[in-house]
Amino acid sequence: MLPSTHGAATSPTTPSEAGFGVFARGLVKRFGAMTALAGVDLEVPTGTVTAILGPNGAGKTTAVRILTTLSEADEGRAVVAGFDVRSHAREVRRRIGFTAQDATVDPLLTGRENLVMLGELHQLPRAEARARADALLADFSLDDAADRLASTYSGGMRRRLDLAATLVGQPAVLFLDEPTTGLDPRARSELWAVLDTLVTRGTTVLLTTQYLDEAERLANDIVVIDHGRVIARGDTRGLKRALGGDQVHVALVDGADLEVAARVVRGVTGRDVSIDAGARTVVAPTLDGLPALLRVAAGLSEAGVAVEDLGLRQPSLDEVFLTLTGKPADGDSAEAQAQEAS
Amino acid sequence: MTATPIAPTSADHELYPSRGFLHDTWVIARRGLLHMRRQPEQLSDATIQPVMFVLLFAYVFGGAIDVPGGGEYRQFLMGGIFAQTVVFTAFGVALSLASDRKNRAIDRFRSLPIARGALLGGHALTSLLKALLPITLMSLCGLLIGWRIESSLPEAIAGYVLLTSFAFAMIWVGILLGSVIATPEGVTGIAFSLLFPITFMASTFVPTSTMPGPLRVAAEWNPVTTLADALRILFGNPNTPIAVGDPWSIAHPILYTALWIVAIVGICAPVGVRAYEKSLAK
Repeated sequence: MLPSTHGAATSPTTPSEAGFGVFARGLVKRFGAMTALAGVDLEVPTGTVTAILGPNGAGKTTAVRILTTLSEADEGRAVVAGFDVRSHAREVRRRIGFTAQDATVDPLLTGRENLVMLGELHQLPRAEARARADALLADFSLDDAADRLASTYSGGMRRRLDLAATLVGQPAVLFLDEPTTGLDPRARSELWAVLDTLVTRGTTVLLTTQYLDEAERLANDIVVIDHGRVIARGDTRGLKRALGGDQVHVALVDGADLEVAARVVRGVTGRDVSIDAGARTVVAPTLDGLPALLRVAAGLSEAGVAVEDLGLRQPSLDEVFLTLTGKPADGDSAEAQAQEAS
Repeated sequence: MTATPIAPTSADHELYPSRGFLHDTWVIARRGLLHMRRQPEQLSDATIQPVMFVLLFAYVFGGAIDVPGGGEYRQFLMGGIFAQTVVFTAFGVALSLASDRKNRAIDRFRSLPIARGALLGGHALTSLLKALLPITLMSLCGLLIGWRIESSLPEAIAGYVLLTSFAFAMIWVGILLGSVIATPEGVTGIAFSLLFPITFMASTFVPTSTMPGPLRVAAEWNPVTTLADALRILFGNPNTPIAVGDPWSIAHPILYTALWIVAIVGICAPVGVRAYEKSLAK
């Protein structure tokens, strides 16, 4: 299914909510004069992963806070794990796990104490809470650090503990708000590996991210939001196709070869190329991926062009927004400010 | 709960029944107690500060202050220090609420299936236990400098019960302050510009009889005065003798203080709980 475009946020139809871990219609949230969500529909089929992609202040966190019962929508309704978030908040809470944007593990408690406490607050019997804490500490390679205060953990460890804490209650639906923001690349790929395991176990996940590569790596479906509105949605492949696919990226040794290289790339991709004379690069979108790259490589080699670097790259969030809205993502932090002020 | 799922999910597995308000409150309180143990410096307002005040007033100012009706100043002082310290209970509660909100730890708790009110209950319970610490420490410190309980055992117990009840009332004041004031820094500011003067405009350290007209009236109706006086009476320590023209508050300090406790809890508890919930629902 190809992504819909502007203004497709609210649907008058009310399809069956069965089979969805998250089902929301027409969510609106205002902070004073600022509208954080302007009518958002979301649906996450049970056992799948959906990523909400958007810049800072787009409304990602606001949406997650409503779905996790932390905040009430001004309009619209949402059903999570089979229960209405407004009328059955407690039933929802029994079935969800939530990791906020900043790690919320207690720094003055050890890793184990954090998990046991949250297990008990998930109403597990104490022995069961301890057993689950042990199992999760092992799963997340934290067993060596289990009895150290969380304040001594590295950023990556704290994130892992945070995620482990989210799983103590064996949630049916998992909410992850920017799970890898602020992590170094290694910690990031470690966390991705953990999330992969979860997904294969059949947990329904709604995550938010600012990174297209993260959304593509983890999610089945992507919802792009901007200024509180859904501006595109679709399965990963379809959405990416609509965004122009990958980019062939060529960097040259000698700037004099730019024209030749551009001709080769244009010939293969059949698309407009952008040339950066200063950086000696030629970039063009392609839907063919690796075969296109191989043909570009062959063409450049035939033309005798010396190549410094050649590869396939993901469009950045800025480029995605440029394609979708015709303007780059403005780092509008109105949402962040409203959250701060409240 | 008789809620029926609108659309059952496949992963609707082992869901344990709720273990109740008291269980959840105790789990949250245990976290607070661990915080106390791991951050002993945070306890200075409840430990070092009152002990310092005991020593300062006993040895630095004490010599210059006369107790009307005779008696030793150190015996007079302890009731006042006890009263001042439990008033400051409010500060600790307000600070911990504001900090929890600031670092968003609260969000995780609120996404958990815990009993309504248990989060606040846990904070209140921790604070009450935390209030017992300075009361114990100051009693010991007082004994060291020569303070003695000269009354009967039931009277002494009544004194400690009154003190602890006042601490309980101040917890609700703290919950209200901590919910209305946005930041930990703001809480500290209010504590020093509001709570501090209130504890000094009283018979805490000096008899109210030396104060000028209007201030004296304020001090005489200040519950900190009557709490201090009530403790002196219940512990059998020297106190300004009650005279014929004294206001009702001074003539009946125990009853007057008890009425304040009831009034503070009666007003601050419901208002504080509502303010707390409002401060979170953002």
